[in-house]
Amino acid sequence: MLSRLVLVSGHTLKNSGSFGACLVQASRSFHQSSQSLAPVPPLPEKGGKVRHGIFPEELFTLLYPKTGVTGPYMLGTGLLLYMLSKEIYVINHETFAAASIGAVVIYGIKKFGPSVAAFADKINEDKVAKAQEVKDQAMASLTQGIEDEKKEQWRVEGRHMLFDAKRNNVAMLLETNYRERLHMVTNEVKKRLDYQVELQNLHRRMEQEHMVNWVEQSVIKSITPLQEKESIAKCIADLKVLAKATQARATV
Amino acid sequence: MADKPVALAQKRLMDVKLGELPSWFGTRDFTPNGLIGSVRGGYERYYNKYINVRKGGIGGVAMFLAGYIALSYLWEYDHIKHDRWRKYH
Repeated sequence: MLSRLVLVSGHTLKNSGSFGACLVQASRSFHQSSQSLAPVPPLPEKGGKVRHGIFPEELFTLLYPKTGVTGPYMLGTGLLLYMLSKEIYVINHETFAAASIGAVVIYGIKKFGPSVAAFADKINEDKVAKAQEVKDQAMASLTQGIEDEKKEQWRVEGRHMLFDAKRNNVAMLLETNYRERLHMVTNEVKKRLDYQVELQNLHRRMEQEHMVNWVEQSVIKSITPLQEKESIAKCIADLKVLAKATQARATV
Repeated sequence: MADKPVALAQKRLMDVKLGELPSWFGTRDFTPNGLIGSVRGGYERYYNKYINVRKGGIGGVAMFLAGYIALSYLWEYDHIKHDRWRKYH
């Protein structure tokens, strides 16, 4: 469980140069070596089995066929006694110190091991959960993107209707414009033609009046004083006759 | 057990028979690069087996420390020899 803590801290302190340096370097090289394989294979659940904390299980399986279950323990005892008796392992003050330290360490591990392991596991799980959440969010956003893309593709299919409507609009505008201009042209032309007509009428009228005036003038000029007296006398005579006629009619 | 004939150079140490040991030793790469490569390989094997797992135990670090203790005792043995209790064993 200490290795679990090491793993947790090793991944976070990539550049520390203290105790975790060799482990960190190994983790770095591990990551570099596995970059060509993707996806990375998952970590194994449990490490190699170790008995009593320091003896790998392979030793026991190696000796089991020949010596059974107690073989390695007998081997250990024999080795220990040999080393003690031949004083390959010397008992001095350091032995006592090692024994006390060992006792305290083993007591601490036995008592606090599981809780520390649970704590490290929780940290790891939180990290994994966060990464998983990121991955899930990415997947969700990507599927949403796919949905939106499909919708846009569906929309594109309906675009021809839009274009038809727009084309109709434009055609109507052009038609309206054309008709307005046609209208204006007819109006202008009509105005000009009316003007010409009026002009001609004016001409004719003026000529008429002028001619009439001229004829009157010439007639008046041509009436001599003699003719004037004669015509006045005749008018008086006619008037007398008329007066008599009306008088006669009035009394009847 | 009839195994396929595997080239001697690629066999692992535990699969080499006792008589083949010298010739197997001859095929190992003893250049500095080869030595460093073998050390790193061994290190990575140890790391991947005992430490780089989901639920590691005390074993990985404890074996490392025990090895360190044993090695340092070995290096200091000439000095510790003087603390012996008996002269003749």
